[in-house]
Amino acid sequence: MTKALSQMTIHELHELLKKRAVSSREITQAVYQRIDAVEPRVHAYITLTRETALKQAAAADEKTKQGTIQPLTGIPLAIKDLLCTAGIRTTCGSKILEQFIPPYNATVISRLKEQRAVLVGKTNMDEFAMGSSTETSYFGPTANPWDLERVPGGSSGGSAAAVAADECIAALGTDTGGSIRQPAACCGIVGMKPTYGRVSRFGLIAFASSLDQIGPMTKDVTDTALLMNYISGHDPRDSTAVNREVPDYTRALIPDAKGLRLGVPREYFGASGIDPEVEKAVWEALRILERQGATLTEITLPHTEYAVAAYYLIAPAEASSNLARYDGVKYGYRHPKETDLRDMYEITRAEGFGAEVKRRIMLGTYALSAGYYDAYYRKASQVRTLIRQDFEEAFKACDLIVTPTAPTPPFRQGEKLNNPLQMYLSDIFTIPANLAGLPGISIPCGLSSRGLPIGLQIIGNLFEEEKIIHGAYCLEQNSDWHLTKPSLA
Amino acid sequence: MKITKHDVEHVARLARLRFSEDQLDLFTDQLNTILTDFDKLQQLDTTGVEPSTHAANLSNAFRDDQIRPSLAGEEALKNAPAHERSCFKVPRIIEG
Repeated sequence: MTKALSQMTIHELHELLKKRAVSSREITQAVYQRIDAVEPRVHAYITLTRETALKQAAAADEKTKQGTIQPLTGIPLAIKDLLCTAGIRTTCGSKILEQFIPPYNATVISRLKEQRAVLVGKTNMDEFAMGSSTETSYFGPTANPWDLERVPGGSSGGSAAAVAADECIAALGTDTGGSIRQPAACCGIVGMKPTYGRVSRFGLIAFASSLDQIGPMTKDVTDTALLMNYISGHDPRDSTAVNREVPDYTRALIPDAKGLRLGVPREYFGASGIDPEVEKAVWEALRILERQGATLTEITLPHTEYAVAAYYLIAPAEASSNLARYDGVKYGYRHPKETDLRDMYEITRAEGFGAEVKRRIMLGTYALSAGYYDAYYRKASQVRTLIRQDFEEAFKACDLIVTPTAPTPPFRQGEKLNNPLQMYLSDIFTIPANLAGLPGISIPCGLSSRGLPIGLQIIGNLFEEEKIIHGAYCLEQNSDWHLTKPSLA
Repeated sequence: MKITKHDVEHVARLARLRFSEDQLDLFTDQLNTILTDFDKLQQLDTTGVEPSTHAANLSNAFRDDQIRPSLAGEEALKNAPAHERSCFKVPRIIEG
């Protein structure tokens, strides 16, 4: 069976484009045909940019004819709607930014444009990236392409669903506590959160600035390596974007696992709330890697059980400060009636933000407020140090840490929406890497008995994305989960 | 009870948010559930542990103070709900 153009990967399409066997215009049209067919059921996008995309495709084809094709030239990509795109509205999934049209591009967008990639549209997300199910979006929920009654994970659920449903070739997401990796796991795709500082955050609408990171969401590990090559690197406009050479990540695409020491943290297995099917699938994947030459070592990350609490104090604290800028003055929604200034602020924010965003602003404001700062914010920041030290210790005995990405396969829409604490626990395995700044990937490692995707997480040491890509590629080459597609029947 | 309805009202004022009575009850209830769970942090002895405010071990990034082009005023005002000449316009602050 031959694949449709929309089903292909970046590297497959690049080969075809290079040979001029296909044009970017044809690929882009194929992607929009697919969108027309499935988007009413999936709702992966907030905004589609069909007209400009077709123009970008034509321009990419022109460049290709002139012989200046680059690896991403002419490839239709989807972008999470919290990365600023000049002239294209960027909503962050919120009413308060419903009409916001950024005057500039995020650095990652400029880099994709230099490559002459094609922008398909802006993907749906939990409002301000606060959520694990893409249900808190002001624009309505995204469905999981594997089971339309289930969530695609979140907050980058629109990007994950778009990739899984072939409504784009690959996508960018952002990850503050698991928002790339957890939806990647839920939708059966590959998603990587790079090391904090590897990718510039300029033009990323801030949620929690010490945790946010942009990363690729793709159909296979090779595409993740390719996107990493072009989005990484120093940026004078983000003082936390580290000035460090960007390696060619595709050189880490090594099909065996010889010499890789894999750490298996005992706290991530047999924990309460973890589905036995998830655990079984991860163990089977570990055995595959072992057969390919990896060694397994049991390790311990003793402060794991405190990570969710520390994160849900630190991230909301930073968010309460970052979101203070939405006050109806400089941009975004303003309550339309004539009021005094204080009422204008309060009514604008009461009307403009959804319940989860308000909950986190409240939690964060409380954790930072006089009398509670030491007990909550400072305590959580100290626990963050202990979690970092756990990882430093663990990486003395292993190169990579392998865990489940999420404790369960994707849950039903509505199941956790009214129970915030339950929702927060969806991120239990992804949060520690953000607190420690470490890179992590989620790759498909099986299907549950109900046919729902299961993801495996690999966490690496700081700036060791290459080792992660190596391990992930080995697993991918020795299994075929990444080739299994949702039927969308 | 970790946090009372009165506390929630106070924090809402600090955060420039406003809630209906029903929402105040719901938020008080939910914040209590969350904060009670987070009490597990208090079990940990963190005496002498430096807090981490960042994951990256970064020092300040310095550059020369050179004048470079920045966003044009009219561009910066384009998304404003209200503006007049080159200013953002807000409700009257001073009586008179």
